[in-house]
Amino acid sequence: MKLKNFFKLLAAATGFLVLAGCATQTPYDYTAYKESRPRSIVVLPPLNNTPEVPASYSVLSYATRPLAEAGYYVMPVTLVAEAFKENGMTQAADMHATSPDKLRKIFGADAALYITIGKYGTVYQVINSSTVVAADAKLVDLKTGKLLWQGSASASSEEGQNQQQGGLAAVLIAAIVKQVMATTLDQSHQVAGVATTRLLSAGAPNGLLYGPRSPNYGKD
Amino acid sequence: MSTIRSKLSTALLVCAALGGCASQPTPLYQWQGYQNNIDAYFRADQLSPDAQTQRMEDDLQKIRASGGAVPPGYYAHLGLLYGQQGKLDQFAQQMQAEKKQYPESETFMDFLLRNFKK
Repeated sequence: MKLKNFFKLLAAATGFLVLAGCATQTPYDYTAYKESRPRSIVVLPPLNNTPEVPASYSVLSYATRPLAEAGYYVMPVTLVAEAFKENGMTQAADMHATSPDKLRKIFGADAALYITIGKYGTVYQVINSSTVVAADAKLVDLKTGKLLWQGSASASSEEGQNQQQGGLAAVLIAAIVKQVMATTLDQSHQVAGVATTRLLSAGAPNGLLYGPRSPNYGKD
Repeated sequence: MSTIRSKLSTALLVCAALGGCASQPTPLYQWQGYQNNIDAYFRADQLSPDAQTQRMEDDLQKIRASGGAVPPGYYAHLGLLYGQQGKLDQFAQQMQAEKKQYPESETFMDFLLRNFKK
């Protein structure tokens, strides 16, 4: 009797695993994105939900490259941060609360990207410690206020070098790893570079679409 | 022959490391140290604005020499560095250069030219 129960449980568990394995990612609904066709993006300084103070600007310094290589014009991130400061705003939460209309008037961007950092830094464990960065992002049309896209990504120091990553993201990530190895060793910052590049590279499943300056524009 | 073979195997290794040769996208821009320079700017305590400017100018020469495209925001960030050193002519010059290469930046560049005069 007990054994029978065990087999029932096993069968149920196996069925669950098989179903979980089959479940494909639902394709992202790009309708609003394709209608909007943004050419330019203003990246707001990221909202930082971690106790690590450098997280916000660490992630922000990596945001321009994948977005520009995806084919968008990216408003100069340092000047955007300075413009907010000139207007008396130093907290990312206040910047994120600025109305789309006001953002469009000042920056003239078609869309704004709101990044939120959920994890940043090293988790110390008994046997091993790992550095993890996780963030999510929302792309919003500044004319209509409509959400065009949202996504999330993470990276870890423990994931190994042979992590499969295709296309543009692979090229950009290889550049980060090479550059950081040649300079200082700030592991959180390096991992932030990988996470941000994954988050903001075009051409990934459910990722951002290519922008007008890319030869792939309109083909995805 | 042996050098050709070793060159070829190096090339193959590089391709393999990049995740397969098939349709590797060509970057649109030459980045040089631009991302590191943005990071240095935000950290503020590592390099003087003067040293940051010098790096940006040196890299700009390299980008031009290679015939590559200057990435979005490059001129504007260089202009910001000049502005912070009180060099307002060069600030304005770089904002105009950004606007010329990237018309998408016009609204913001004009906003900066109006507001950061002092």
